Amino acid sequence: MTHEAIFSGFGGQGVLTMGMILGYAAIFEGKEVTWMPSYGPEMRGGTANCITIVSDEMISSPIISKFDTVVALNQPSIDKFEPAVKPGGNLLYDTSTTLKPPTRSDINIYSLPAGEIAVELKNTKVLNMIMLGAFLKITNVVSIDSIWKGLASVLPERYHKLIPLNQEAFMRGYNAITLKELVKV
Amino acid sequence: MGEVKLMKGNEALAEAAIRAGVDAYFGYPITPQSEVIEYLSREATKRTGMLVLQAESEVAAINMIYGAAGCGKKAMTTSSSPGISLMQEGLSYIASAELPCLLANINRGGPGLGTIQPAQGDYFQTTKGGGHGDYHLLVLAPYNVQEMADFVKLGFDLAFKYRNPVMILADGALGQMMEKVELPPQLPRENKEYPWATTGKPKNGERRIITSLHIQPEKMEEINLRLQRKYKQMEAEEVRYQTKNLEDAEYVFTAFGLVSRIALKAMDIGRQKGYKIGWIRPITLYPFPKKIYAEIAPKVKGILDIEMNAGQMVEDVMLSVQGKTRVEFYGRMGGVVPTPDEILENFEKMFIKGE
Repeated sequence: MTHEAIFSGFGGQGVLTMGMILGYAAIFEGKEVTWMPSYGPEMRGGTANCITIVSDEMISSPIISKFDTVVALNQPSIDKFEPAVKPGGNLLYDTSTTLKPPTRSDINIYSLPAGEIAVELKNTKVLNMIMLGAFLKITNVVSIDSIWKGLASVLPERYHKLIPLNQEAFMRGYNAITLKELVKV
Repeated sequence: MGEVKLMKGNEALAEAAIRAGVDAYFGYPITPQSEVIEYLSREATKRTGMLVLQAESEVAAINMIYGAAGCGKKAMTTSSSPGISLMQEGLSYIASAELPCLLANINRGGPGLGTIQPAQGDYFQTTKGGGHGDYHLLVLAPYNVQEMADFVKLGFDLAFKYRNPVMILADGALGQMMEKVELPPQLPRENKEYPWATTGKPKNGERRIITSLHIQPEKMEEINLRLQRKYKQMEAEEVRYQTKNLEDAEYVFTAFGLVSRIALKAMDIGRQKGYKIGWIRPITLYPFPKKIYAEIAPKVKGILDIEMNAGQMVEDVMLSVQGKTRVEFYGRMGGVVPTPDEILENFEKMFIKGE
Protein backbone atom coordinates (compact mmCIF):
# COMPACT_ATOMS: atom_id res chain seq x y z
CA MET A 1 0.00 0.00 0.00
CA THR A 2 1.21 3.50 -0.83
CA HIS A 3 -0.39 6.68 0.48
CA GLU A 4 0.55 10.01 -1.09
CA ALA A 5 -0.44 13.00 1.03
CA ILE A 6 0.27 16.70 1.16
CA PHE A 7 -0.07 18.91 4.24
CA SER A 8 -0.45 22.57 3.40
CA GLY A 9 -1.03 25.81 5.29
CA PHE A 10 0.58 29.07 6.38
CA GLY A 11 4.21 29.00 7.51
CA GLY A 12 4.16 28.62 11.29
CA GLN A 13 1.00 26.48 11.47
CA GLY A 14 3.11 23.36 11.83
CA VAL A 15 2.34 21.64 8.54
CA LEU A 16 5.92 20.42 8.14
CA THR A 17 5.70 18.92 11.63
CA MET A 18 2.50 17.04 10.71
CA GLY A 19 4.33 15.28 7.92
CA MET A 20 7.31 14.61 10.16
CA ILE A 21 5.21 12.98 12.89
CA LEU A 22 3.49 10.81 10.30
CA GLY A 23 6.89 9.99 8.78
CA TYR A 24 8.39 8.88 12.09
CA ALA A 25 5.25 6.89 12.91
CA ALA A 26 5.62 5.07 9.59
CA ILE A 27 9.25 4.11 10.09
CA PHE A 28 8.35 2.69 13.51
CA GLU A 29 6.08 0.35 11.56
CA GLY A 30 8.93 -0.57 9.20
CA LYS A 31 7.40 1.34 6.30
CA GLU A 32 9.18 3.49 3.73
CA VAL A 33 8.78 7.26 3.99
CA THR A 34 9.56 10.29 1.91
CA TRP A 35 9.01 13.76 3.34
CA MET A 36 9.55 16.57 0.87
CA PRO A 37 9.11 20.12 2.19
CA SER A 38 8.65 23.29 0.26
CA TYR A 39 11.74 25.15 1.43
CA GLY A 40 11.59 28.41 -0.45
CA PRO A 41 10.67 31.93 0.66
CA GLU A 42 7.20 30.59 1.57
CA MET A 43 8.71 29.41 4.87
CA ARG A 44 8.62 33.06 5.95
CA GLY A 45 4.86 33.51 6.20
CA GLY A 46 3.56 32.36 2.82
CA THR A 47 2.04 28.98 2.08
CA ALA A 48 4.20 26.09 3.23
CA ASN A 49 3.61 22.45 2.45
CA CYS A 50 5.16 19.04 2.65
CA ILE A 51 4.52 16.00 0.53
CA THR A 52 4.59 12.90 2.73
CA ILE A 53 4.51 9.49 1.10
CA VAL A 54 4.15 6.33 3.17
CA SER A 55 4.54 2.96 1.53
CA ASP A 56 5.24 -0.73 2.11
CA GLU A 57 7.50 -0.66 -0.93
CA MET A 58 10.37 1.48 -2.21
CA ILE A 59 9.07 4.97 -3.01
CA SER A 60 9.93 6.26 -6.46
CA SER A 61 9.25 9.93 -7.04
CA PRO A 62 9.20 12.09 -3.88
CA ILE A 63 7.69 14.85 -6.00
CA ILE A 64 4.18 14.25 -7.29
CA SER A 65 1.34 16.36 -8.59
CA LYS A 66 -1.67 14.18 -7.61
CA PHE A 67 -2.48 13.16 -4.05
CA ASP A 68 -4.51 10.52 -2.26
CA THR A 69 -5.14 13.01 0.51
CA VAL A 70 -4.80 16.78 0.70
CA VAL A 71 -4.86 18.36 4.17
CA ALA A 72 -5.50 22.10 3.85
CA LEU A 73 -5.04 24.37 6.86
CA ASN A 74 -5.96 27.60 5.05
CA GLN A 75 -7.98 28.91 2.12
CA PRO A 76 -5.03 29.32 -0.31
CA SER A 77 -4.20 25.63 0.24
CA ILE A 78 -7.77 24.56 -0.62
CA ASP A 79 -7.70 26.74 -3.73
CA LYS A 80 -4.31 25.42 -4.80
CA PHE A 81 -4.65 21.71 -4.04
CA GLU A 82 -8.33 20.86 -4.55
CA PRO A 83 -7.61 20.16 -8.25
CA ALA A 84 -4.65 17.97 -7.22
CA VAL A 85 -6.69 15.35 -5.33
CA LYS A 86 -6.86 12.07 -7.26
CA PRO A 87 -10.42 11.11 -8.21
CA GLY A 88 -11.74 9.11 -5.26
CA GLY A 89 -9.14 10.72 -2.97
CA ASN A 90 -9.67 12.83 0.13
CA LEU A 91 -9.65 16.55 0.85
CA LEU A 92 -9.60 17.53 4.52
CA TYR A 93 -9.94 21.17 5.56
CA ASP A 94 -10.52 23.42 8.56
CA THR A 95 -13.91 25.16 8.41
CA SER A 96 -12.78 27.82 10.94
CA THR A 97 -10.85 29.80 8.34
CA THR A 98 -12.62 28.80 5.14
CA LEU A 99 -14.77 31.22 3.18
CA LYS A 100 -14.91 29.24 -0.06
CA PRO A 101 -15.33 25.49 0.60
CA PRO A 102 -14.22 22.89 -1.94
CA THR A 103 -16.79 21.79 -4.50
CA ARG A 104 -15.56 18.70 -6.35
CA SER A 105 -18.00 15.80 -6.36
CA ASP A 106 -15.55 13.06 -7.38
CA ILE A 107 -13.56 13.23 -4.14
CA ASN A 108 -14.32 12.62 -0.46
CA ILE A 109 -14.49 15.96 1.32
CA TYR A 110 -14.08 16.04 5.09
CA SER A 111 -14.02 19.08 7.34
CA LEU A 112 -13.92 20.04 11.00
CA PRO A 113 -13.77 23.32 12.95
CA ALA A 114 -10.14 22.73 13.97
CA GLY A 115 -9.50 26.39 14.79
CA GLU A 116 -12.44 26.45 17.21
CA ILE A 117 -11.37 23.18 18.84
CA ALA A 118 -7.88 24.67 19.31
CA VAL A 119 -9.43 27.69 21.05
CA GLU A 120 -11.40 25.33 23.31
CA LEU A 121 -8.12 23.63 24.18
CA LYS A 122 -6.68 27.09 24.92
CA ASN A 123 -3.73 26.56 22.61
CA THR A 124 -3.89 27.50 18.94
CA LYS A 125 -0.51 25.86 18.34
CA VAL A 126 -2.10 22.40 18.48
CA LEU A 127 -4.22 23.09 15.38
CA ASN A 128 -1.88 20.86 13.38
CA MET A 129 -2.37 17.94 15.78
CA ILE A 130 -6.15 18.29 15.55
CA MET A 131 -5.90 18.12 11.77
CA LEU A 132 -3.45 15.21 11.96
CA GLY A 133 -5.94 13.29 14.11
CA ALA A 134 -8.64 13.88 11.52
CA PHE A 135 -6.23 12.82 8.77
CA LEU A 136 -5.48 9.53 10.51
CA LYS A 137 -9.17 8.74 11.06
CA ILE A 138 -9.76 9.14 7.32
CA THR A 139 -6.64 7.39 6.02
CA ASN A 140 -5.69 4.93 8.76
CA VAL A 141 -2.16 4.72 7.28
CA VAL A 142 -0.47 4.05 10.64
CA SER A 143 -1.67 3.16 14.14
CA ILE A 144 -2.37 5.76 16.82
CA ASP A 145 0.34 4.14 18.95
CA SER A 146 2.88 4.81 16.23
CA ILE A 147 1.73 8.44 16.08
CA TRP A 148 2.49 8.76 19.81
CA LYS A 149 5.99 7.40 19.15
CA GLY A 150 6.36 9.78 16.21
CA LEU A 151 5.25 12.70 18.36
CA ALA A 152 7.85 11.86 21.02
CA SER A 153 10.55 11.66 18.33
CA VAL A 154 9.71 14.98 16.69
CA LEU A 155 9.05 17.02 19.83
CA PRO A 156 12.35 18.07 21.49
CA GLU A 157 12.69 16.52 24.95
CA ARG A 158 12.32 19.85 26.74
CA TYR A 159 8.77 20.05 25.36
CA HIS A 160 7.75 16.51 26.29
CA LYS A 161 5.54 17.92 29.05
CA LEU A 162 3.30 19.06 26.19
CA ILE A 163 2.75 15.52 24.89
CA PRO A 164 -0.58 15.00 26.76
CA LEU A 165 -1.98 18.25 25.34
CA ASN A 166 -0.91 17.22 21.83
CA GLN A 167 -2.44 13.79 22.28
CA GLU A 168 -5.71 15.34 23.45
CA ALA A 169 -5.74 17.65 20.44
CA PHE A 170 -5.05 14.72 18.13
CA MET A 171 -7.92 12.68 19.61
CA ARG A 172 -10.31 15.64 19.38
CA GLY A 173 -9.57 15.82 15.66
CA TYR A 174 -9.74 12.06 15.29
CA ASN A 175 -13.17 11.90 16.93
CA ALA A 176 -14.52 14.93 15.08
CA ILE A 177 -14.57 12.97 11.83
CA THR A 178 -17.40 10.65 10.95
CA LEU A 179 -16.44 8.39 8.09
CA LYS A 180 -18.93 8.45 5.28
CA GLU A 181 -19.67 6.36 2.27
CA LEU A 182 -16.85 6.88 -0.24
CA VAL A 183 -17.60 8.52 -3.57
CA LYS A 184 -17.69 6.20 -6.53
CA VAL A 185 -15.33 6.98 -9.38
CA MET B 1 20.55 -3.78 10.80
CA GLY B 2 22.14 -0.50 11.78
CA GLU B 3 20.43 2.41 13.48
CA VAL B 4 17.39 3.58 11.47
CA LYS B 5 16.41 7.24 11.48
CA LEU B 6 14.26 9.70 9.61
CA MET B 7 16.69 12.33 8.34
CA LYS B 8 17.18 15.09 5.84
CA GLY B 9 19.69 14.30 3.09
CA ASN B 10 22.03 17.00 4.38
CA GLU B 11 21.87 15.65 7.93
CA ALA B 12 22.39 12.06 6.78
CA LEU B 13 25.48 13.12 4.86
CA ALA B 14 26.82 14.98 7.90
CA GLU B 15 26.12 12.06 10.25
CA ALA B 16 27.78 9.67 7.79
CA ALA B 17 30.86 11.92 7.73
CA ILE B 18 31.22 11.62 11.50
CA ARG B 19 30.73 7.84 11.29
CA ALA B 20 33.23 7.50 8.42
CA GLY B 21 35.94 8.86 10.70
CA VAL B 22 36.49 12.04 8.71
CA ASP B 23 39.29 14.19 10.17
CA ALA B 24 38.27 17.65 9.04
CA TYR B 25 35.42 19.62 7.52
CA PHE B 26 35.93 23.12 6.16
CA GLY B 27 32.94 24.91 4.74
CA TYR B 28 30.84 27.98 4.35
CA PRO B 29 27.05 28.00 4.73
CA ILE B 30 24.81 28.34 1.69
CA THR B 31 21.21 27.27 1.11
CA PRO B 32 20.19 24.49 0.44
CA GLN B 33 23.11 22.71 2.16
CA SER B 34 23.64 24.72 5.36
CA GLU B 35 22.34 21.84 7.51
CA VAL B 36 25.61 20.01 6.87
CA ILE B 37 27.82 22.54 8.65
CA GLU B 38 25.11 23.17 11.28
CA TYR B 39 24.87 19.46 12.09
CA LEU B 40 28.63 18.95 12.14
CA SER B 41 29.23 22.02 14.34
CA ARG B 42 26.75 20.62 16.82
CA GLU B 43 27.77 16.96 16.78
CA ALA B 44 31.14 16.16 15.25
CA THR B 45 33.93 17.50 17.46
CA LYS B 46 32.52 16.19 20.74
CA ARG B 47 32.03 12.72 19.27
CA THR B 48 35.21 12.01 17.29
CA GLY B 49 37.40 15.07 17.69
CA MET B 50 36.79 15.87 14.04
CA LEU B 51 37.79 19.43 13.17
CA VAL B 52 34.85 21.52 11.94
CA LEU B 53 35.68 25.00 10.77
CA GLN B 54 33.60 27.67 9.11
CA ALA B 55 36.06 29.24 6.70
CA GLU B 56 35.93 32.90 5.69
CA SER B 57 34.89 31.90 2.17
CA GLU B 58 34.59 28.91 -0.14
CA VAL B 59 37.97 29.84 -1.65
CA ALA B 60 39.55 29.53 1.78
CA ALA B 61 37.67 26.30 2.52
CA ILE B 62 38.96 24.46 -0.55
CA ASN B 63 42.52 25.57 0.14
CA MET B 64 42.22 24.34 3.74
CA ILE B 65 41.15 21.01 2.24
CA TYR B 66 44.24 21.13 0.00
CA GLY B 67 46.41 21.54 3.09
CA ALA B 68 44.67 18.89 5.18
CA ALA B 69 44.64 16.39 2.30
CA GLY B 70 48.35 17.02 1.80
CA CYS B 71 48.88 15.78 5.37
CA GLY B 72 47.07 12.54 4.50
CA LYS B 73 43.92 13.51 6.40
CA LYS B 74 40.38 12.73 5.40
CA ALA B 75 39.12 16.22 4.62
CA MET B 76 35.84 17.30 3.09
CA THR B 77 33.61 20.22 2.28
CA THR B 78 30.09 20.75 1.01
CA SER B 79 28.48 23.68 -0.73
CA SER B 80 25.91 24.60 -3.33
CA SER B 81 26.41 25.78 -6.89
CA PRO B 82 27.79 29.35 -6.51
CA GLY B 83 30.06 28.18 -3.68
CA ILE B 84 31.30 25.22 -5.72
CA SER B 85 32.18 27.60 -8.56
CA LEU B 86 34.41 29.51 -6.15
CA MET B 87 36.25 26.27 -5.34
CA GLN B 88 37.18 25.37 -8.90
CA GLU B 89 40.71 26.78 -8.85
CA GLY B 90 41.53 24.84 -5.72
CA LEU B 91 40.03 21.67 -7.15
CA SER B 92 42.23 21.91 -10.22
CA TYR B 93 45.29 22.26 -7.95
CA ILE B 94 44.22 19.31 -5.80
CA ALA B 95 43.57 17.13 -8.87
CA SER B 96 46.97 18.07 -10.28
CA ALA B 97 48.74 17.43 -6.97
CA GLU B 98 46.88 14.09 -6.76
CA LEU B 99 45.41 14.44 -3.32
CA PRO B 100 42.30 12.71 -1.98
CA CYS B 101 39.30 14.66 -0.69
CA LEU B 102 35.51 14.60 -0.76
CA LEU B 103 33.10 17.34 -1.79
CA ALA B 104 29.34 17.48 -2.08
CA ASN B 105 27.47 19.92 -4.28
CA ILE B 106 23.84 20.34 -3.27
CA ASN B 107 23.04 21.81 -6.68
CA ARG B 108 20.63 24.78 -6.83
CA GLY B 109 19.17 26.69 -9.76
CA GLY B 110 21.56 28.90 -11.73
CA PRO B 111 23.37 30.41 -13.52
CA GLY B 112 24.64 33.20 -11.31
CA LEU B 113 23.40 33.47 -7.75
CA GLY B 114 20.23 31.87 -9.13
CA THR B 115 17.69 30.37 -6.77
CA ILE B 116 17.71 28.01 -3.79
CA GLN B 117 15.47 25.41 -5.47
CA PRO B 118 16.84 22.07 -6.77
CA ALA B 119 18.59 21.86 -10.15
CA GLN B 120 21.15 19.81 -12.08
CA GLY B 121 22.77 22.59 -14.07
CA ASP B 122 26.21 21.80 -12.65
CA TYR B 123 26.57 18.46 -14.50
CA PHE B 124 29.02 19.83 -17.07
CA GLN B 125 31.07 21.65 -14.43
CA THR B 126 31.23 18.55 -12.26
CA THR B 127 31.93 15.85 -14.83
CA LYS B 128 34.10 17.66 -17.37
CA GLY B 129 36.61 19.20 -15.02
CA GLY B 130 35.19 22.51 -13.85
CA GLY B 131 38.50 24.19 -13.18
CA HIS B 132 41.32 24.63 -15.69
CA GLY B 133 43.39 21.88 -17.27
CA ASP B 134 42.79 18.24 -18.17
CA TYR B 135 41.40 16.61 -15.07
CA HIS B 136 38.34 14.82 -13.80
CA LEU B 137 36.63 14.47 -10.48
CA LEU B 138 35.16 11.07 -9.73
CA VAL B 139 31.46 11.93 -9.48
CA LEU B 140 28.79 10.06 -7.51
CA ALA B 141 25.09 10.88 -7.95
CA PRO B 142 22.90 9.72 -5.03
CA TYR B 143 19.15 9.34 -5.64
CA ASN B 144 17.89 9.01 -2.09
CA VAL B 145 18.79 9.93 1.46
CA GLN B 146 20.30 6.47 2.08
CA GLU B 147 22.85 7.09 -0.68
CA MET B 148 23.55 10.61 0.65
CA ALA B 149 24.85 8.73 3.71
CA ASP B 150 26.41 5.71 1.96
CA PHE B 151 28.40 7.71 -0.58
CA VAL B 152 30.47 9.46 2.10
CA LYS B 153 32.50 6.36 2.97
CA LEU B 154 32.46 5.15 -0.63
CA GLY B 155 33.62 8.61 -1.73
CA PHE B 156 36.58 8.59 0.65
CA ASP B 157 37.51 5.00 -0.28
CA LEU B 158 37.61 6.01 -3.95
CA ALA B 159 39.39 9.31 -3.24
CA PHE B 160 42.19 7.49 -1.41
CA LYS B 161 42.32 4.61 -3.91
CA TYR B 162 42.94 7.05 -6.77
CA ARG B 163 44.34 10.02 -4.86
CA ASN B 164 41.77 12.13 -6.63
CA PRO B 165 39.01 14.49 -5.49
CA VAL B 166 35.56 12.86 -5.38
CA MET B 167 32.36 14.89 -5.75
CA ILE B 168 28.91 13.87 -4.56
CA LEU B 169 26.54 15.68 -6.93
CA ALA B 170 23.09 15.97 -5.36
CA ASP B 171 20.48 18.72 -5.50
CA GLY B 172 18.45 20.90 -3.16
CA ALA B 173 15.61 18.42 -2.90
CA LEU B 174 17.88 15.52 -1.90
CA GLY B 175 19.45 17.81 0.69
CA GLN B 176 16.17 19.01 2.16
CA MET B 177 13.92 15.95 2.01
CA MET B 178 13.67 13.39 4.79
CA GLU B 179 13.66 9.65 4.33
CA LYS B 180 14.33 6.54 6.30
CA VAL B 181 18.06 5.96 6.49
CA GLU B 182 20.03 3.10 7.97
CA LEU B 183 23.16 4.65 9.38
CA PRO B 184 26.59 3.06 8.86
CA PRO B 185 28.64 1.90 11.87
CA GLN B 186 31.00 4.34 13.58
CA LEU B 187 34.54 3.92 12.25
CA PRO B 188 37.56 5.27 14.11
CA ARG B 189 39.59 8.15 12.71
CA GLU B 190 42.56 6.35 11.24
CA ASN B 191 45.70 8.48 11.55
CA LYS B 192 47.37 6.45 8.79
CA GLU B 193 50.81 7.19 7.37
CA TYR B 194 50.95 7.72 3.63
CA PRO B 195 54.21 7.76 1.62
CA TRP B 196 53.05 10.89 -0.20
CA ALA B 197 51.81 12.90 2.75
CA THR B 198 53.78 15.91 4.00
CA THR B 199 53.84 15.54 7.76
CA GLY B 200 57.29 16.85 8.65
CA LYS B 201 60.73 15.65 7.63
CA PRO B 202 60.73 11.84 7.45
CA LYS B 203 63.44 9.92 9.35
CA ASN B 204 65.15 8.75 6.16
CA GLY B 205 65.58 12.37 5.13
CA GLU B 206 63.73 11.95 1.86
CA ARG B 207 61.89 15.12 0.85
CA ARG B 208 58.24 15.00 -0.09
CA ILE B 209 56.88 17.79 -2.23
CA ILE B 210 53.26 18.52 -3.03
CA THR B 211 52.87 20.98 -5.86
CA SER B 212 50.89 21.55 -9.01
CA LEU B 213 53.58 23.77 -10.54
CA HIS B 214 55.91 22.08 -13.04
CA ILE B 215 57.54 24.66 -15.27
CA GLN B 216 59.17 22.10 -17.58
CA PRO B 217 56.60 21.07 -20.19
CA GLU B 218 58.04 17.52 -20.40
CA LYS B 219 57.51 17.06 -16.68
CA MET B 220 53.98 18.55 -16.94
CA GLU B 221 53.15 16.23 -19.80
CA GLU B 222 54.37 13.26 -17.78
CA ILE B 223 51.99 14.25 -14.98
CA ASN B 224 49.14 14.62 -17.48
CA LEU B 225 49.86 11.15 -18.86
CA ARG B 226 49.77 9.73 -15.36
CA LEU B 227 46.45 11.46 -14.67
CA GLN B 228 44.99 10.12 -17.90
CA ARG B 229 46.11 6.56 -17.03
CA LYS B 230 44.34 7.00 -13.71
CA TYR B 231 41.13 8.14 -15.42
CA LYS B 232 41.32 5.13 -17.75
CA GLN B 233 41.59 2.88 -14.73
CA MET B 234 38.54 4.59 -13.16
CA GLU B 235 36.64 4.01 -16.39
CA ALA B 236 37.56 0.33 -16.26
CA GLU B 237 36.91 -0.28 -12.56
CA GLU B 238 34.52 2.24 -11.07
CA VAL B 239 31.52 2.52 -13.38
CA ARG B 240 28.30 2.15 -11.39
CA TYR B 241 24.70 2.28 -12.61
CA GLN B 242 21.27 0.80 -11.99
CA THR B 243 18.67 -0.45 -14.47
CA LYS B 244 15.04 -1.57 -14.42
CA ASN B 245 12.77 -3.29 -16.93
CA LEU B 246 15.37 -3.31 -19.72
CA GLU B 247 14.57 -6.96 -20.65
CA ASP B 248 11.48 -6.15 -22.74
CA ALA B 249 11.99 -2.40 -23.13
CA GLU B 250 11.08 -0.62 -26.34
CA TYR B 251 11.90 2.76 -24.84
CA VAL B 252 14.29 3.85 -22.10
CA PHE B 253 13.94 6.69 -19.61
CA THR B 254 17.29 7.83 -18.28
CA ALA B 255 18.08 10.40 -15.62
CA PHE B 256 20.38 10.86 -12.63
CA GLY B 257 19.83 11.76 -8.99
CA LEU B 258 16.40 12.96 -7.89
CA VAL B 259 15.07 13.05 -11.44
CA SER B 260 15.80 9.35 -11.90
CA ARG B 261 13.16 8.65 -9.26
CA ILE B 262 10.62 10.92 -10.92
CA ALA B 263 11.42 9.10 -14.18
CA LEU B 264 10.90 5.77 -12.38
CA LYS B 265 7.39 6.82 -11.42
CA ALA B 266 6.76 8.07 -14.97
CA MET B 267 7.92 4.64 -16.20
CA ASP B 268 5.46 2.89 -13.87
CA ILE B 269 2.55 5.04 -15.06
CA GLY B 270 3.64 4.49 -18.67
CA ARG B 271 3.79 0.72 -18.19
CA GLN B 272 0.22 0.78 -16.82
CA LYS B 273 -0.73 2.44 -20.10
CA GLY B 274 1.01 -0.34 -22.03
CA TYR B 275 4.26 1.36 -23.05
CA LYS B 276 7.26 -0.92 -22.60
CA ILE B 277 9.58 1.51 -20.88
CA GLY B 278 12.89 0.62 -19.22
CA TRP B 279 15.09 2.74 -16.97
CA ILE B 280 18.78 3.50 -16.60
CA ARG B 281 20.28 5.55 -13.81
CA PRO B 282 24.00 6.36 -13.84
CA ILE B 283 25.38 6.30 -10.30
CA THR B 284 28.86 7.41 -11.34
CA LEU B 285 28.50 10.44 -13.64
CA TYR B 286 32.25 10.32 -14.17
CA PRO B 287 33.21 7.66 -15.19
CA PHE B 288 30.01 7.60 -17.24
CA PRO B 289 28.40 4.16 -17.82
CA LYS B 290 28.79 4.31 -21.61
CA LYS B 291 28.59 0.56 -22.17
CA ILE B 292 25.05 -0.03 -20.92
CA TYR B 293 23.73 2.68 -23.27
CA ALA B 294 25.71 1.27 -26.20
CA GLU B 295 24.32 -2.20 -25.49
CA ILE B 296 20.68 -1.18 -25.16
CA ALA B 297 20.65 1.33 -28.06
CA PRO B 298 20.19 -1.11 -30.98
CA LYS B 299 17.41 -2.94 -29.08
CA VAL B 300 15.09 0.02 -28.44
CA LYS B 301 13.09 2.59 -30.41
CA GLY B 302 14.44 5.48 -28.42
CA ILE B 303 15.84 6.95 -25.21
CA LEU B 304 14.31 9.88 -23.36
CA ASP B 305 16.82 11.68 -21.15
CA ILE B 306 15.29 13.83 -18.40
CA GLU B 307 17.24 16.42 -16.40
CA MET B 308 16.79 19.56 -14.35
CA ASN B 309 18.88 21.58 -16.80
CA ALA B 310 18.92 22.47 -20.51
CA GLY B 311 20.39 19.10 -21.57
CA GLN B 312 23.82 18.18 -20.22
CA MET B 313 24.05 14.44 -19.44
CA VAL B 314 22.19 13.88 -22.70
CA GLU B 315 25.44 14.69 -24.52
CA ASP B 316 27.14 11.76 -22.79
CA VAL B 317 24.17 9.54 -23.60
CA MET B 318 24.41 10.53 -27.28
CA LEU B 319 28.17 9.90 -27.32
CA SER B 320 27.53 6.49 -25.79
CA VAL B 321 24.82 5.34 -28.22
CA GLN B 322 26.77 6.61 -31.26
CA GLY B 323 23.60 7.28 -33.26
CA LYS B 324 22.32 3.71 -32.83
CA THR B 325 18.95 4.92 -31.51
CA ARG B 326 16.94 8.09 -31.27
CA VAL B 327 17.77 10.20 -28.20
CA GLU B 328 15.39 12.92 -27.03
CA PHE B 329 15.64 15.30 -24.12
CA TYR B 330 13.14 16.82 -21.71
CA GLY B 331 14.21 19.22 -18.99
CA ARG B 332 13.12 21.94 -16.62
CA MET B 333 15.51 24.66 -15.46
CA GLY B 334 16.13 27.28 -12.83
CA GLY B 335 14.87 25.27 -9.86
CA VAL B 336 11.68 23.86 -11.40
CA VAL B 337 11.22 20.12 -10.84
CA PRO B 338 9.39 18.09 -13.49
CA THR B 339 6.51 15.82 -12.37
CA PRO B 340 6.01 12.18 -13.44
CA ASP B 341 2.86 13.10 -15.43
CA GLU B 342 4.72 15.84 -17.23
CA ILE B 343 7.53 13.46 -18.22
CA LEU B 344 5.10 10.86 -19.55
CA GLU B 345 3.11 13.48 -21.46
CA ASN B 346 6.28 14.66 -23.19
CA PHE B 347 7.34 11.09 -23.89
CA GLU B 348 3.99 10.48 -25.61
CA LYS B 349 4.34 13.69 -27.59
CA MET B 350 7.85 12.80 -28.77
CA PHE B 351 7.71 9.05 -29.27
CA ILE B 352 4.10 7.83 -29.49
CA LYS B 353 2.08 10.51 -31.26
CA GLY B 354 4.98 11.34 -33.55
CA GLU B 355 5.39 7.75 -34.73
